[in-house]
Amino acid sequence: MQFLINGKSTEADFDLRTSLLDLLRDHLGLHGSKKGCNQGACGACTVLVDGERILSCLALAVQYQGRSITTIEGLASDHGLHPLQQAFIEHDGFQCGYCTPGQICSAVGMAEEIKRGLPSHVTTDLSAGTIALTHDELRERMSGNLCRCGAYNGIVDAITEVYAEVAE
Amino acid sequence: MNPFTYARAGDTAEALRLGAAGQAKYLGGGTNLVDLMRETIEQPDALIDVTALSSTIEEREDGGLLIGGAVRNTAVAEHRAVRTRYPVLARAILAGASPQIRNMATVAGNILQRTRCTYFYDDDGARCNKRTPGQGCDALEGFNRIHAILGASPACIATHPSDMCVALAALDAIVHLRSASGERRLPFIDFHYLPKDHPEIETVLEPGELITAVELPSLPFTVHSTYRKVRDRTSYAFALVSVAAALEMDNGTVKEVRLALGGVAHKPWRALKAEAALKGQPATEAAFRASAEAELSEAKPLRDNGFKIELAKRTITAVLMELSAVKA
Repeated sequence: MQFLINGKSTEADFDLRTSLLDLLRDHLGLHGSKKGCNQGACGACTVLVDGERILSCLALAVQYQGRSITTIEGLASDHGLHPLQQAFIEHDGFQCGYCTPGQICSAVGMAEEIKRGLPSHVTTDLSAGTIALTHDELRERMSGNLCRCGAYNGIVDAITEVYAEVAE
Repeated sequence: MNPFTYARAGDTAEALRLGAAGQAKYLGGGTNLVDLMRETIEQPDALIDVTALSSTIEEREDGGLLIGGAVRNTAVAEHRAVRTRYPVLARAILAGASPQIRNMATVAGNILQRTRCTYFYDDDGARCNKRTPGQGCDALEGFNRIHAILGASPACIATHPSDMCVALAALDAIVHLRSASGERRLPFIDFHYLPKDHPEIETVLEPGELITAVELPSLPFTVHSTYRKVRDRTSYAFALVSVAAALEMDNGTVKEVRLALGGVAHKPWRALKAEAALKGQPATEAAFRASAEAELSEAKPLRDNGFKIELAKRTITAVLMELSAVKA
């Protein structure tokens, strides 16, 4: 089966029961995406599919043939770390680091959602065309990513620094 | 997880043909089904991927919407017509799960998701009539703080976990089904069953039958609608109690009202008693509270969940107050 993973066309053969997370980690050696709960409760396995954030632990890999998948390994460029990776370092956005790849991939997906004007549970005006990434919006939109070290203040600061201006 | 075969259906006819065989199951985003298969609570021998089927939201001439079964939850909440004309639906979806899950989950899959009763999930240590018919229910005498207060039976006290479905119940939605023998349409509020003696039978779906779409009829007053969810955390948790409501007033009296509750029953609970009690009444807090009392008059508390009865009454009253204030 054929996948586009971090920009590279990748061929893989696997048992149909394999999740996208297990495909990445066990078959392709991409260990950045983490297996926390393996049941859709923690967000540590978050990856981007065609730019949208999903939980790779609940995704059967077979369903994602031909799709473009971006993991934490695919965010940096030749010029260096992704700005959000750098911001996580500068703001101490982690302690143990286990949830970090999921947090960062999730935030990258979130920024795109904000850009297209997708409302959230805390958005007051559903008809608003643009949405500001306020503290409350950010915390609601990142609620699917748990950090059991409790590094939330640093995580929020890092994401705010990189994306708060996205929505003007 | 048990082994299975996989096929991606190109159209509805192909899906129905493939879905008719053996223990096949239709697969949407997999956010609930994959988890249940991992727990071996679901053991399909074939998965028919239906995510390539109807994933459009069609605006109908009469002002209603036809939402394809494979539309992702995010896409429904994001749609301009849903946000402006059916805000209760956008709000209900945005109150559910997490953004990642909403990006994966489909409308049909959301409707067919199964209870999060912890005894249902605990297939090693608990008895469950829904999982193993006739076995008994360990939730009845167990920790049942999250369980049903309306329409439960001695066989099952589980609740339906969906937020989206509570909004659909309030909106008079019509569900479109297809099977080898043709198409049928029925009111969404008749789609799910109460548990009675057979909690393992959760919906009217026949084997191999497919949810192709959900239709929202044109109800102009649903622009004044909202959803409120009360839960243990402020985000990313299932409802203890939720309320979907739409209200139309005329000179301070209730002209039209739609009300449904989540987190309280085996199915999305359309509050018809409260609606009947409210029609033509003055839009006052006392009348809203009285309608909530009427709806909850037959509620039955279990050991740990009696708080839900008062919580439901207060949430109904608060939501109606909010909607009536917007209208004033």
